[in-house]
Amino acid sequence: MHELQPMDAQTPAAAPVKLGRAIVVTSGKGGVGKTTTTANLGTALAKRGARVALVDADVGLRNLDIVMGLESRVKYHVLDVLDEQVTLEEALVPDKHSENLVLLAAAQSREKDDVDTEKMRALVQRLREKFDYVLIDCPAGIEMGFKNAVVGADEAIVVCTPEVSAVRDVDRVVGLLGNRFKPQLIINRLRPQLVRKGKMLSVDDVNAILRLPLLGVIADEPEIIVTTNKGEPLALRDDGTTAAAYHAIAARIAGEDVPAPTVEVKESFFDKLGAMFGGRRA
Amino acid sequence: MIEWLKKFLGTPPSSSTAKERLRLVLMTDHLALAPEIIENMKRDLVDVISRYVEVDREKLEIEFEREDRALALMASIPIISVNRPSGGDGEKPAVKERVEDAQTAAVPGSAAPSVNATPGEPPKRRRRKKTSSKPATAH
Repeated sequence: MHELQPMDAQTPAAAPVKLGRAIVVTSGKGGVGKTTTTANLGTALAKRGARVALVDADVGLRNLDIVMGLESRVKYHVLDVLDEQVTLEEALVPDKHSENLVLLAAAQSREKDDVDTEKMRALVQRLREKFDYVLIDCPAGIEMGFKNAVVGADEAIVVCTPEVSAVRDVDRVVGLLGNRFKPQLIINRLRPQLVRKGKMLSVDDVNAILRLPLLGVIADEPEIIVTTNKGEPLALRDDGTTAAAYHAIAARIAGEDVPAPTVEVKESFFDKLGAMFGGRRA
Repeated sequence: MIEWLKKFLGTPPSSSTAKERLRLVLMTDHLALAPEIIENMKRDLVDVISRYVEVDREKLEIEFEREDRALALMASIPIISVNRPSGGDGEKPAVKERVEDAQTAAVPGSAAPSVNATPGEPPKRRRRKKTSSKPATAH
């Protein structure tokens, strides 16, 4: 892991600053796991040694701090920076685990309409000068909060669960993002056993409709809930299939050629028994 | 036995229902969100039909209707005049028959001609074009 550059470090005038990548994590629908995904991808990218800034753009409903376990460290928020109450550097909360990971929390007592879109764009631009990745956790919906979360980004990750409502909303959001982005898809909360029984849309079903580059698939695992309870993103771990899935996504974001995501089905004794007798898939 | 078989073969998996419903709703969503596409289609549709009959461009109406498992395009295109059949194919005859009532068959079975030209079928209110392929049948 390399040292985080001091924020006030003078950049040599001759060398143009290489901008980091600003990626918005969005979905349209709420509750599909945008914040959890942002926290884990940020953690996974930081574990790879990249300098990462997480921006909670969900003004009024701040949550990325609690998922990251940083809620007690937050002093200032994004609107304090935009209103020039504090400097950007003062508002960045360092992560507990990775020294090259920081969080810019959302304002809790303000509203989404309080954010000036142009100032938000400028803020993300400043972060791109200092970090390799700026991950922006977008609020649900397609109103002002969405616009402000998207304005500074140059890439988009859409998170979709295998549900009709989530797929429809992702389709809408992809339409709204327009041609500037080439959104990539993460399918979250997949339950392989239900898919196998034909009771849940499969990865192929979802992507036959959305037709987006598939960045990864995250199964619906209890350990995600447990790690969120504790405020320690699962991607901090090196072992386990779900942690591995997050690391694979981070590697794919970083441009590594990672094999296509697969989701194992853990077959129970009764599943096997059922498969022996007829193999019903209803 | 029949009951047992039914139970065993089962109803279609709910994921298929989800897929089918999504497919339809997204078609409707996309159409609703692309008014310029509808306008272009209207124009092209009239251009094609005008090669055969004279139609009232201003009164053209297009709508999409959800049927059971498909989406249908319904177009109402008032005809102003019809070319007298001359036996020649494609060539436009000089004489045109003026149709007095330019309104299309707003009421089914009215005397005004509609663009519905399927031979042997009773006059339909509107011409239909299926925009979707036949949905996969479940057993």
